[in-house]
Amino acid sequence: MSATKILHINTMAELMAKGEQAEILFWVGCAGSFDDRAKKITKAVAAILDQVGIRFAVLGTEESCTGDPAKRAGNEFLFQMQAMQNIQVMNMYEVKKIVTACPHCFNTLKNEYPGLGGDYEVVHHATLLQQLINEGRLRVADGGPFKGKRITFHDSCYLGRANGIYEAPRQLLEALDVELVEMKRSKTNGLCCGAGGAQMFKEAEKGTKEVNIERIEDALEVQPSVVAAACPFCMTMLSDGVKQKERENEIKVYDLAELIAQANGLID
Amino acid sequence: MLSPILFVIIAAAGIGLFARKVGKIRRNIFLGQPLQRSDRTAARWATMARVAMGQSKMVTRPVAGFFHILIYVGFVLINLEVLEIILDGVSGNHRLFKPLLGDFYYFLISFFEVLGVGVILACIVFLWRRNVQPLARFKGPELTGWPRLDANLILLIELVLMSALFGMNIAEANMPEQGGYLVSNLLAPLFGGMSPEALHLTERICWWLHIIGIFAFLNYLPYSKHFHIILAFPNTWYAQLEPAGQFSNMESVKKEVELMMDPNANPYAATDPEATPARFGAKDVMDLPWKSLLDAYSCTECGRCTSVCPANQTGKLLSPRKVMMDTRDRLEEVGKNIDKNGSFIDDGKALLGDYITAEEALACTTCNACVEACPVLINPVSILTELRRYQAMEASQVPSEWALMFGNIENNGAPWQFPAADRLGWADNLEVKTSNPSA
Ligand code: SF4
Ligand code: SF4
Repeated sequence: MSATKILHINTMAELMAKGEQAEILFWVGCAGSFDDRAKKITKAVAAILDQVGIRFAVLGTEESCTGDPAKRAGNEFLFQMQAMQNIQVMNMYEVKKIVTACPHCFNTLKNEYPGLGGDYEVVHHATLLQQLINEGRLRVADGGPFKGKRITFHDSCYLGRANGIYEAPRQLLEALDVELVEMKRSKTNGLCCGAGGAQMFKEAEKGTKEVNIERIEDALEVQPSVVAAACPFCMTMLSDGVKQKERENEIKVYDLAELIAQANGLID
Repeated sequence: MLSPILFVIIAAAGIGLFARKVGKIRRNIFLGQPLQRSDRTAARWATMARVAMGQSKMVTRPVAGFFHILIYVGFVLINLEVLEIILDGVSGNHRLFKPLLGDFYYFLISFFEVLGVGVILACIVFLWRRNVQPLARFKGPELTGWPRLDANLILLIELVLMSALFGMNIAEANMPEQGGYLVSNLLAPLFGGMSPEALHLTERICWWLHIIGIFAFLNYLPYSKHFHIILAFPNTWYAQLEPAGQFSNMESVKKEVELMMDPNANPYAATDPEATPARFGAKDVMDLPWKSLLDAYSCTECGRCTSVCPANQTGKLLSPRKVMMDTRDRLEEVGKNIDKNGSFIDDGKALLGDYITAEEALACTTCNACVEACPVLINPVSILTELRRYQAMEASQVPSEWALMFGNIENNGAPWQFPAADRLGWADNLEVKTSNPSA
């Protein structure tokens, strides 16, 4: 019954050629561009921005890794090379405001780029979506598919402790009218998913357990039907955890943007 | 007449020795690399007031927080009395302020006695939590031997000091010409049958025990985790005000990258010897920023960091508390080397490898849980990051998967091996639904 349309994603280059400017740059990030699961998050964000009527654009092939994993792994050279390159591109397009669905990109762009000549207003999509709701620009369908569902939110380290953003994600879930349940370790005490600090890109050191298993056990304890995340790397870790516990049929892991886009009937 | 002279000698020696050791620690801390941490002074005072004076991070664990505040308040306030004790000692007087303050003196000392009871209670609870029913965070491989003894010794010294104070007051409670205070009057029967001479002798012994104990305590501090009672203040003042996720952008790298990216840059600007550090990242303690070294001396070894560390909690070797203790131990070793040789002579050891292994440094997820948990705003992550920087940029010793990831970022701008040209692939034929149930 629902109609579909093909969403055209503008690049900054395209807009510039037309003599137009984007209201906001959507920084997709490497996971959002290449990881199959994370691409769905990217699509959800794009669909919401489109629905709200925000004039956004992406850098497309002109975007390159922020350098975050290199920096956390200790390769400051590579990080700064990446940063300089990205800053050159963004300054060329006179970028003012950036939204990203990746807390790692968010942290790097917001905190570490200014010192290298890249000054932008950077928001994570959780904050942007919450602002849009507050301003009345984004309406969340009431009685959506998540109404009354038990949902727990996993704080991403780079959103929470790293940047003090704990409330915006939770307010989004409240807007969806879900039953928000907190894990025993949440907000400032939230347990890492195990991916940060470039751990995503190597085997863990010898230990007795994987961090994502420890974390998913926290989540299972509160018996949610959905584990909500706000980071593509947490998404991977949590989804793997749910699979290893063989609970993927009852427990879904969704990004906040996916929950909103689904509630608003933009994606399945 | 003898006792004021003796007192002055003891006091001068006590304070002099302490000052000498503190001077050495200061020197050790400034072996570290420069770091600007004197901006935004208003925010720094506010942080110190909240975290060090207000103990804001301690109360997140209510039991420890409550008893710690008992000791903290007791310690700070009872030490006001030490002022009187010192003046008494120098002048050969006894209770100099008593005639001056009258009834208020009775109230004040009674109040101190109540605080003293609190301190004794807290010390007993803490000894219990360390020895009888040890909390998980008071176990752990780095908390055996000296660190364990140190923690117990401090509690015992505090008990001795408080007992001496009460011994003094209880003896006086039995002297008609002196009289006791709130708690000591209640406890007066303890010394009930004693002769006036014995009472007087007890009072003197306790007085000397207390004051010598204080100077001994003062000189023990710099060798102990208990040094935090002083360093907590500067350490919170100099803490990072930027968001915890913000890692430093290395200035030395900035120069080199500018040269590589900008053909017009002046190549000689980079050869400024002041600006170029001995090495990128840290192999040894002197390569760390000085604040990390101050952190190391401020660590209370409480283990809050380790108890929330995802790596440690899943059985990895990494323990942020051990990172701090290792840094301090190595820095002390370097300091002794300098004391002996005049300047540092290579001893074939280093922080990385001999104290903290690469495996430990690699296990950190940079989740900042340790930073969040630390009651005195220590940052173990910045030490681990400097070690990784050394490994990546000087030693070229990173796990092969990381080397691959670096290569991918360099070649195709992503940590995985996807062609950069496919970056917009997700947007091809992007089909979304247009129905809006709320519309
Ligand atoms: S930042 Fe590193 S050391 Fe600190 S708690 Fe997290 S994993 Fe452990
Ligand atoms: S670093 Fe902080 S939390 Fe960790 S043991 Fe030392 S004082 Fe405690």
